Amino acid sequence: MGFRDVMHEKYKEILESYMEDQNEQALYLSQKFSRKSIEYKISPEEIISIHKTALMELEAERSDSVMPSFDILLEVMMGYGLAYREHQSLRTIQQELKSEIEVAANMQQTLLGTQIPDVDCLDIGAISVPARQMSGDYYHFVQDEQGAVSVAIADIIGKGIPAALCMSMIKYSMDSLPEGRHEPYQVLESLNRVVEQNVDPTMFITMFYGMYNTINHTFYYSSAGHEPGFFYNHETKEFEELYAKGLLLGVDKKTKYRQFEKRVDVGDVILLMSDGVTECRTEEGFIEVDTLIGYIEKYIHLEAQEIANKVYKELEYLQDFQLRDDFTLIILKRIK
Amino acid sequence: MDSCVKIINEWDIVAARQLGRNVAKDLGFGTVDQARITTAISELARNIYLYAGQGQVCIEKTEAVGKTGLIIISEDQGPGINDLRKVMEDGFSTSGGLGAGLPGVKRLVDEFTIESNPGEGTLIKAIKWLR
Ligand SMILES: Nc1ncnc2c1ncn2[C@@H]1O[C@H](COP(=O)(O)OP(=O)(O)OP(=O)(O)O)[C@@H](O)[C@H]1O
Ligand SMILES: [Mg+2]
Repeated sequence: MGFRDVMHEKYKEILESYMEDQNEQALYLSQKFSRKSIEYKISPEEIISIHKTALMELEAERSDSVMPSFDILLEVMMGYGLAYREHQSLRTIQQELKSEIEVAANMQQTLLGTQIPDVDCLDIGAISVPARQMSGDYYHFVQDEQGAVSVAIADIIGKGIPAALCMSMIKYSMDSLPEGRHEPYQVLESLNRVVEQNVDPTMFITMFYGMYNTINHTFYYSSAGHEPGFFYNHETKEFEELYAKGLLLGVDKKTKYRQFEKRVDVGDVILLMSDGVTECRTEEGFIEVDTLIGYIEKYIHLEAQEIANKVYKELEYLQDFQLRDDFTLIILKRIK
Repeated sequence: MDSCVKIINEWDIVAARQLGRNVAKDLGFGTVDQARITTAISELARNIYLYAGQGQVCIEKTEAVGKTGLIIISEDQGPGINDLRKVMEDGFSTSGGLGAGLPGVKRLVDEFTIESNPGEGTLIKAIKWLR
């Protein structure tokens, strides 16, 4: 007996039992039958044919008059059958796309991998979590021979694959900056030129670039329209905004960027972030800066990486584990 | 036996279906396959009626090594189809991706070929083999 004949027999049994005493058991078996037929790709119109045949075999005399009605039902179900098969094939395509994106996301992680610099005076932590599979946030550390630690954090306005593609370009332009030390404003100015020339005008990129001088413990920074960072003053226990102003990358190729500086003492903390942190949305709207600072304050005594992880956990919880934007938080804590 | 139906108005679609059903029944197709064949014919004939204005649908018995089947040949000298690849994609048809249209026809039958040149017309052959 072929598979179809088996299904046929099975269906007939269920039908026969149910017509006898309308038992729930038969209905349960029908449910199981339905799952099995979907699994074996038996289409809706075929089910009707199975029903019709079974009915005919069971009570040939009585059912004569209703039999032709099944032809109408069969015809009507045909459309459902087609939609169902299309759904199946689209699902396969979707699965393929999904695994393709997974591969791309892994490649992106490799491509963007950055090593957290190891310097005596700084404890550095970073966390970056994409909202979808691919991230539009970018961060990168560079350490030069004189001991300065540079950090870049960028955010492509937009999410997903287009943002990720755009970010790869940023990464390559950063890599191809000429050797040697660069002042933050110089880095932004040269990236701005690259972006202006190469990126679709509807794509916007914000970037914060900072350089920590480990000799004079001063943090030099410039911003291209990026989310301002925070500075935690250990002595006064107060937070202040790391003020910086500048146009987004790629808007005007002649943009000049101002550079700011901040003296850092032992215990002070610099926090840099993407707008996925500050624009963390809950049911009630964006979180308040004070709320965010509250979370940071709660953990400020911990190690840098711990602060980053804990703040992320809090905000993730606050948003019901549904990130609406890529989330990146970088923490530099002077420990010596 | 006249095995072709000229498609000029909407009622000719019904005539084409009837012809398809008769041939399918004679060849011994079961009720589900009969319904599949007539649905395929409907879709092809409706496309002729809607997009080419007129044309014809022929239904014949066809044979290959060890099997017998039914072939539907839909032919018109209408405007033709520009981007076949797009048209054969799931979810493209104007009905909004309910699985009907040409990709649906392709799924209903065992073999499907389409030739179309803009300005010259469209020729579609669809075969359903007896199981
Ligand atoms: N015989 C034909 N001549 C010219 N163009 C055609 C012909 N058949 C189909 N097309 C073109 O191909 C498109 C896709 O056809 P298809 O039958 O797949 O979907 P549809 O007719 O748009 O929607 P549906 O059939 O789902 O209601 C049509 O919109 C039409 O532009
Ligand atoms: Mg159509």
